[in-house]
Amino acid sequence: MSVHGLHIRKCSFVILGAILMAFAGTSFYNSRHLREPVVLSPGVTQVKKLSDYFPGIKGTINDSNIYILEGTEPGGTILILGGSHPEEPASRLTTWILAENAAVEQGRLLVVPSANRSATTVTRLGGAYPPDFTIPTPWGGQKFRMGDRWSNPLDQWPDPEVYIHYPSRQELAYVDIRNLNRTWPGRANGTLTEKTCYAMTQLIQKENVDIVIDLHEAELQYPVISTIVAHQKGEDLAALVSMMISGSEGFDIGMEYSPKALHGLSHREIGDHTQAISLLLEAPEPFLDATRGRTDRALLLEGKDEFVLRAGKHGLLFEKMDEDGWPIDIRVGRHCSTIIYILELWSEENPEKAVVARKIPRYAEVKEKGVGFFLRDPTKEDPKNVYFE
Amino acid sequence: MIMTILYYILTGFIAFLIIWNLLKSKKWQEEILYIIILMPFLLRLFRLK
Repeated sequence: MSVHGLHIRKCSFVILGAILMAFAGTSFYNSRHLREPVVLSPGVTQVKKLSDYFPGIKGTINDSNIYILEGTEPGGTILILGGSHPEEPASRLTTWILAENAAVEQGRLLVVPSANRSATTVTRLGGAYPPDFTIPTPWGGQKFRMGDRWSNPLDQWPDPEVYIHYPSRQELAYVDIRNLNRTWPGRANGTLTEKTCYAMTQLIQKENVDIVIDLHEAELQYPVISTIVAHQKGEDLAALVSMMISGSEGFDIGMEYSPKALHGLSHREIGDHTQAISLLLEAPEPFLDATRGRTDRALLLEGKDEFVLRAGKHGLLFEKMDEDGWPIDIRVGRHCSTIIYILELWSEENPEKAVVARKIPRYAEVKEKGVGFFLRDPTKEDPKNVYFE
Repeated sequence: MIMTILYYILTGFIAFLIIWNLLKSKKWQEEILYIIILMPFLLRLFRLK
């Protein structure tokens, strides 16, 4: 081939590559910068930033919003974390429902929809995850970022060869240095993810939080599923909640002890390093199962998958799986009802530290009306009442 | 922070080597391969992924 022909061929390939990269780059950019509106419930009395508790996080992507709902009567304080693992969207959607609907009569509810905001801006590398998903609402639909389990490498890179957890010095998987639920209680001079946990720990201590509820979802092939994982300080409360829900709400939820020798997790470290009781809620999410089929928005929202179904028929799952799957409404509804029971039972046992909240929908209501029914239209609201995640 | 900067420099250097090989290559299969493997390096350098 002549030199001229060679140049034309190379230029053609480069142009083709540039077009492909432009498409991919635009998708990645739009996903990272998608703005997710939160319309404040009339019950929200303050919106603070994580940097109000630890200035070291100021100016970073993880300087998350904290929506504070205060009652007129003094009482206890409960912190609810969504988005510790943003690829578990029922956690974030539950916090959206709380921030947009709940009203507190006694005590305080602190709601964080994006505990690891960096992880909401990226999807699993090589995982072909959808970049976003839309929840249908009576006024159209609201789009959310899909997110990942780990902080975005654009915000924290490179990973170390070996990750030694602070302060236990336990060796964990190297990639988990970007996992918010492996870096508790955090470190003031650590990585972004460690600093985020440190800021949360400061928040828990300075606001005198009584209970931290960390919302999650899990694959059906993982034994810790449909359960409340409780630090020993919260074992009685979790067991009572489990019994009450299983008898009255239309779904079962178990209770597990937080392993004392496994470090970095919220249910272990928050309980060990602060005054708060730490509870972690798990709902079933077939999207996360390794044996799933096509990893698309339908699987994320409907929770139906023929391969996971087949795995269930072979007895390989720790939760039931049928043709109805695990729709997002059911997963969010489970979290809502579990939170209601935690609040109620805690308040009954601790009247001086009660947290009494209204307008949180129960499981049956979310299942019937759908998550979108409880999301409010930001275009119809005063812009002063709209915040962005 | 220093490690991050070093990794970006390393990424830029590897991207440069791939582009250099692309320019020197005479085989069309290799040229396509170089363009494909160049993409993640450029996406990281441009802070897109």
